[in-house]
Amino acid sequence: MIARVLLIITLALIPMTAALAVEPDEILSDPLLETRAREVSRQLRCVVCQNQDIDSSNAGIARDMRILVRERLMVGDTNADILDFMVARYGNYVLLRPPFNAQTYALWFAPLVLALFAGGVGYTVMRQARRKTIRPADLTTDEEAALQALLDTSSDTEKNT
Amino acid sequence: MKRLLYASPILIALVFGGFFLWGLNPERDPNSIPSVLISSPAPEFILQEVEGASVPGFSRADLVGGDGPVVVNIFASWCVPCRAEHAVLAHMVNQDGVRLFGINYQDQPEDALRWLNELGNPYERIGSDLNGRVAIDWGLTGVPETFIVGADGTVLYKHVGPILGDAAIRAFTTALTQARQEGSS
Repeated sequence: MIARVLLIITLALIPMTAALAVEPDEILSDPLLETRAREVSRQLRCVVCQNQDIDSSNAGIARDMRILVRERLMVGDTNADILDFMVARYGNYVLLRPPFNAQTYALWFAPLVLALFAGGVGYTVMRQARRKTIRPADLTTDEEAALQALLDTSSDTEKNT
Repeated sequence: MKRLLYASPILIALVFGGFFLWGLNPERDPNSIPSVLISSPAPEFILQEVEGASVPGFSRADLVGGDGPVVVNIFASWCVPCRAEHAVLAHMVNQDGVRLFGINYQDQPEDALRWLNELGNPYERIGSDLNGRVAIDWGLTGVPETFIVGADGTVLYKHVGPILGDAAIRAFTTALTQARQEGSS
């Protein structure tokens, strides 16, 4: 029983500890601003760990960025202002959701193009396969002649009997 | 249509093969982050001197208007690769007369001083970036990082990590020579 309770508590704690690296001294007293800080942080990529947002990264520079995000919120920046500020320094790379522009069309359209291509190939293969099963194979002229001869002889024998 | 279908395995093989070749290229570094600073003006900043250091701090204004490019190196006493790189930088200053400025990143002044006393100080100026804010303006991803800034204040080159090993040193000196030629022409 105690073991089960402990297990439940442990499992309940896992998502909390794994999701956030925000330290208590970073958290803003204004809950509204803090929520916005989390929102912005989730969209910013940690520049040393690469596939983590700065909210869940323990890297030193991610912490600096989190503090910077909060400082800018305090002076009245909008969420977009802060993202722009970071893009000016680190490029689009720093955004976990890349923008939709001339440089990223390939990135955004690649899945669609690949799916269409795969669908096209699949469709053609299926159609080809179906056509093969329905239409009987054509006979060559030699075979046609042989068949005709066979039919002739059989009708002859029929007549004779 | 049929011919296209028969060609599709070759087509797919070519596309995938090309992709894998690109991915396996040893020159390609998936960890490299393209710097947005290259060919654009160096960021605005003012850095105080490291307390007790015999060289002044600097701001963006100190980078421009000289007779050649300036090398800006971001370093810290707690950074092991920086220690290894130090000799290379010192050599460049002594042999080639490179103008070297340092940004001392998130380092206590006493640690920075101890480090400089031990290894020697090749820096013409050192700015103390205690909270690391200026480094973020430079787009820092980790120490050390080294920039070449033209006399007009344009960032010309960025090297991530220590300038160590023949390839890195050659790439850096080539970029520096280029920067000097551009400045003089």
